[in-house]
Amino acid sequence: MYLNTLPRGETAIIDRVEPQGVSDPIMKRLVELGFVSGEPVQVIAIGPMGGNPIAVRIGSTRFALRREEAARVHLRGAS
Amino acid sequence: MDASVTTLYAALVGNPNCGKTALFNQLTGSRQKVANYAGVTVERKEGRLVTPGGHPVRLLDLPGAYSLQATSPDEDVTRAVCLGEHSSEPRPQLLICVADATNLRLHLRFVLEIRQLGVPMILVLNMMDEAERRGMTIDIKGLAHELGVPVIPAISVRTGGAARVLEALDAPLPAPPPPLPEGADAHVEVRRILAAFVSSEDLREATLADRLDHWFLHPVIGPLILLIVLFVMFQTVFSWAQPIMDSLESGVAHLGVLVGSLLPDSMLRSLLVDGVIAGAGTVIVYLPQILILFLWILALEESGYLPRAAFLLDRIMAAAGLSGRSFIPLLSSFACAIPGIMAARTIQNPRDRLVTILVAPLMTCSARLPVYTLLIGAFIPQRTVLGVLGLQGLVLFGLYAVAILSGLIVARVMTRGTASAEHPLLLELPAYRVPSLRNLAMGLWQRATIFLSRVGTIIVTLNVLLWALSSFPAPPAGTTGAAIDWSLAGRIGHWMQPVFAPIGFNWQICVSLIPGLAAREVAVSALATVYALGATGDDAAGQLTPLLSAQWSLATALSLLAWYVYAPQCLSTLAVIRRETNSWKFVAGTATYLFALAYGAAFVTYHVARLLGGG
Repeated sequence: MYLNTLPRGETAIIDRVEPQGVSDPIMKRLVELGFVSGEPVQVIAIGPMGGNPIAVRIGSTRFALRREEAARVHLRGAS
Repeated sequence: MDASVTTLYAALVGNPNCGKTALFNQLTGSRQKVANYAGVTVERKEGRLVTPGGHPVRLLDLPGAYSLQATSPDEDVTRAVCLGEHSSEPRPQLLICVADATNLRLHLRFVLEIRQLGVPMILVLNMMDEAERRGMTIDIKGLAHELGVPVIPAISVRTGGAARVLEALDAPLPAPPPPLPEGADAHVEVRRILAAFVSSEDLREATLADRLDHWFLHPVIGPLILLIVLFVMFQTVFSWAQPIMDSLESGVAHLGVLVGSLLPDSMLRSLLVDGVIAGAGTVIVYLPQILILFLWILALEESGYLPRAAFLLDRIMAAAGLSGRSFIPLLSSFACAIPGIMAARTIQNPRDRLVTILVAPLMTCSARLPVYTLLIGAFIPQRTVLGVLGLQGLVLFGLYAVAILSGLIVARVMTRGTASAEHPLLLELPAYRVPSLRNLAMGLWQRATIFLSRVGTIIVTLNVLLWALSSFPAPPAGTTGAAIDWSLAGRIGHWMQPVFAPIGFNWQICVSLIPGLAAREVAVSALATVYALGATGDDAAGQLTPLLSAQWSLATALSLLAWYVYAPQCLSTLAVIRRETNSWKFVAGTATYLFALAYGAAFVTYHVARLLGGG
């Protein structure tokens, strides 16, 4: 399961962040922002139009990101 | 060398939202210089301070960055200065790394990255009051020992909250910190350090941010709140500013009369009164509106709400090929495109930033209102439609709606095909804070001085130029009719007429378009001049209304309205685009596409109106 499909209000543990393409600056930035293995992440809000972008919380830090970006974050405990 | 007389060169570095700028304001007070870094429009803030021990310090406030792997022009400046690779900035002797104590999980990683540089550094743990309030305890001594750098607690929003930072600057430069062992993972290090020295905050209890976000980011309530915020904002921008603007306007007029009465009737008097004073007046009259707008933007920015607004509007902006970040600059452009274009600096993606700047002039700025009001008052009957809606109000609303829609479409067209690389939203939603008056005041002061000194000089220069065009050559003695008719501007107006005939403009309109380039609303008084009314300002509109409705066809009036929706009738905006993009090419491009749109829209409007019997 990836972060883009995690329902609102749910918390999951990040497994890894996967690159899209050979050199993926967005994946690098996600990692720098703390999207790393073992961190719990919670979806706190979804956008008003079509549920995109989403807002997530890691620790006490909140981020808004589009589902395309969230699709790089693989979550633990699911296929 | 005696350390007591040499100036220490230090730089503040840290994540966005770490309270770095508030700390900078605390440390340097009003001794700040705001400029740009050479060649890029990244704001460069430098200040001076003297430590309690009498050491002078030059302090640079580097742009906030998440990483030294730069992804924006801002971060690139920070990277280059920290690494000593910047072409015009020397490497700082001391890096003052600022981290939010309540957000160490994110900020400590960047601290470790800075520590790897091997430059003398100190770590300032900011917002210690908030950390204590949340029940966090931080082992400052242990952390300092572990990191090998001095660690100083601070509360940058409180007066005196930076006292210990000042004291630390008196101490001899600390030794460069030891680097991490080869191959160490920064995230693992962060987790280890947090576990050892920071008692984790209690996350079970819902924080203020959680509760506020529940409503502000709510899919239904959130957009409603945003609408209310925007509505109140526009109300204040237009209604609060109006009395001040009116008194400034009459003040400028009085000054003109006063100077005019002191000088004999001469070219010098005309230059001073009609060129310099009237030109500076158009800038100063809009200042209250611009300041109120800036105050709103600064307050919304400081409070942490702006990124939430970007979150809510990201989809609409994405439909235009942009992201939520473009929202604020475009919003500001409804008051005036100049602060709007300046606000585009906050957009990190260079393509998004450029497109935002280029479509900003399409947003209906307040200077178009006098023109709209005049034409609607003269040509649109005061009828009600569907029982409650005024036809005049509907037309005005329609003009705004067409402009917004056009802006989105133009942005879509400009971004088409260039979106090969995905450009992310990836926006931090910082903690909510009550904006500090000190930071608001300093931010407002800085923006006002930038506006007045840089933009103001350009506008006054252009006004003087337009004055010369409208005054020379003077009409021969004994002639009747408008003097402007004899001038270069008048002649250019006549030459332009064949070009503008297909869209229904007569020569009077063409002539008034030229002084109208200084500022859109000047076209109203220019029309009055051309029709030899000899009246100016509000007065002119009152006398013009019956005259215009008698002399112009409805098709001509509608065509001029359509023209004003698009035409880049504002040299100041073009001057700011030049300054912000560093390129005449984009200025030429913007002017060309806007004139083309204006001509096309006016052409279609004129001919459709004639076909429907409005000729």
